Amino acid sequence: MTVTETRVAGSGFVLALRDCAVMTRRGMLRLGRVPDELAFNLVQPILFVLLFSYVFGGAIPLPGGGPFREYVVVAVFAHSLAFMGVGTGTGLAVDMSRGLIDRFRALPMAHVAVPVGRANAELLRALLVTGVLAIVGLLVGWRAHLGLLSTLAGFGLLLLFAYAMAWVGVTIGLSVRNPEVAGTAGLLWVLPLGFVSNGFVPISSMPEWLQPVAAWNPVTAVVTATRTLFGNPLGLAADPRFWPLAHPVQAAVIWSLGLIAVFVPLALLAFRSARSR
Amino acid sequence: MNLGVTNSSPGLHRERETHGGIQVEGLTKRYGGVHALDGLDLNAPEGQVLGLLGPNGAGKSTLVRILATLLKPDSGRASVCGFDVIRDPQAVRRSVGVAGQYAAVDEYLTARENLNIFGQLARMGKRAARSRAEELIERFDLGHAADRPARTYSGGMRRRLDLAVALIAGPRCLFLDEPTTGLDPRARVEVWAVLGDLVRQGTTALVTTQYLEEADQFADLITVIDHGREIATGKPAELKDRVGGDHLDLAVRRAADLPAAVSALAAAGLPDPKPDPGTLCVTAVLPGGTSRMAEVLRKLDGAGVEVADITVRRPTLDDVFFALTGKADDR
Repeated sequence: MTVTETRVAGSGFVLALRDCAVMTRRGMLRLGRVPDELAFNLVQPILFVLLFSYVFGGAIPLPGGGPFREYVVVAVFAHSLAFMGVGTGTGLAVDMSRGLIDRFRALPMAHVAVPVGRANAELLRALLVTGVLAIVGLLVGWRAHLGLLSTLAGFGLLLLFAYAMAWVGVTIGLSVRNPEVAGTAGLLWVLPLGFVSNGFVPISSMPEWLQPVAAWNPVTAVVTATRTLFGNPLGLAADPRFWPLAHPVQAAVIWSLGLIAVFVPLALLAFRSARSR
Repeated sequence: MNLGVTNSSPGLHRERETHGGIQVEGLTKRYGGVHALDGLDLNAPEGQVLGLLGPNGAGKSTLVRILATLLKPDSGRASVCGFDVIRDPQAVRRSVGVAGQYAAVDEYLTARENLNIFGQLARMGKRAARSRAEELIERFDLGHAADRPARTYSGGMRRRLDLAVALIAGPRCLFLDEPTTGLDPRARVEVWAVLGDLVRQGTTALVTTQYLEEADQFADLITVIDHGREIATGKPAELKDRVGGDHLDLAVRRAADLPAAVSALAAAGLPDPKPDPGTLCVTAVLPGGTSRMAEVLRKLDGAGVEVADITVRRPTLDDVFFALTGKADDR
């Protein structure tokens, strides 16, 4: 019953890459198996686009001018991608509570592949969600005005941000003891992150003390940068008092890469000490 | 107890030790103030199945987690297939398969996908993993469901898939943590059939269980543990001899009848009947099994004991503990 001679050989790094590819494929297979989860990822943002476009849109005059629908669609993009990280955490916590993580940890695989595979699969989910949302956006009248390259750069920035948020979710999922806690812990920080931003209201409408917080919020940077790249109305965002608002694209890239640089090692650390039940 | 452990010199950490089975020596693990393992010794020779018998909380799962490199012990040593679990966990992981009471397969993937993915993660080549997966699907009778997500499986099917996943890379050594716990009787028989196959093929395995009867089914050797310590080791037949085969439980109606019942049972040839005034019961080993029952009933009748209930049963874990430690399990 010895099949050890069929084992693949190679350097640790190459084998680790292979493990990451296998785990990414596993995550992608799962994506198609849980269609209700993907549907849930879409229902809320689509509802947001429709509500903001047809219910609030008429009543809220956009400071600085421009159509409110174009303003709000990008905010919903960024919001949905940030909130997806919560589901990432819950999903991993479910794996942990079912002993699946123990199975991985008892294998001679590179353990880093477990969080990497999860985050990569989440990136594919983000791509699907962004695609569907873009179609819904187009239907309600949202457009990108600055040509193909700028538009692609805008979507690239959104996906980079989604990848960063997936790593935050992975870290939370590996750090807490059960799926419910992962959900609550994820929401606790994503809610203020999502709303203390210039996504739906201009920062100048907030109390003085809150304005710097909102200005330095990564969601603000991503939303402002994407609006800039799509040529959508900024709603008085270009506030020279705050560096991220004056340089939104740079700020968004730095924020996303920074979050990835911090949370990848944190996730790996959490995985090493993670223990099912 | 001779553990057959060879001490490797410090400079030769990765040298294969001569012994291929599972050796555990003085292993301890504490959670807070509780000793999950308290100086545990055991030895599973290569090619044999060691049944690890003990009640809930005896330390069985903690031991399996340490042997599977999921948990570090506080002290003591353990080696699996000749590799030290602390110094060389990667070598241990390459040599073992683990299956447990919490069937850990990916619920959203099919049996085929689970086997392929875990095969590749065990560093098998893609093609080797695929043909091995087909072989196991066949052998574990999962063919009809191999392309359905595992979450649609019955408990027995899921456990069979779990075992198949544990075997995917042809491990030299297998850890099965309560492989039949939580299964209905039919599923339990299914899993036993698979285990029986493995045993006949000479796989080295450590199987934990709470049931003496189960250990008796497939173990070459049984180690009984309690409170994280080994309390007895032997072949199933030897242990059963010590426990004494079938047991008789006799309930009387009146407390006053207890002494008469005890002497009647002794007169019928039952060694050392134990009365329990609290439950009005007498328990005794029944040598020769049910064939002695007629004699027992005659003696009881002759002594005028009014019998409320009388049952003959196979020895339970409680009886094992009673026989080995002289006291009932105090949990």
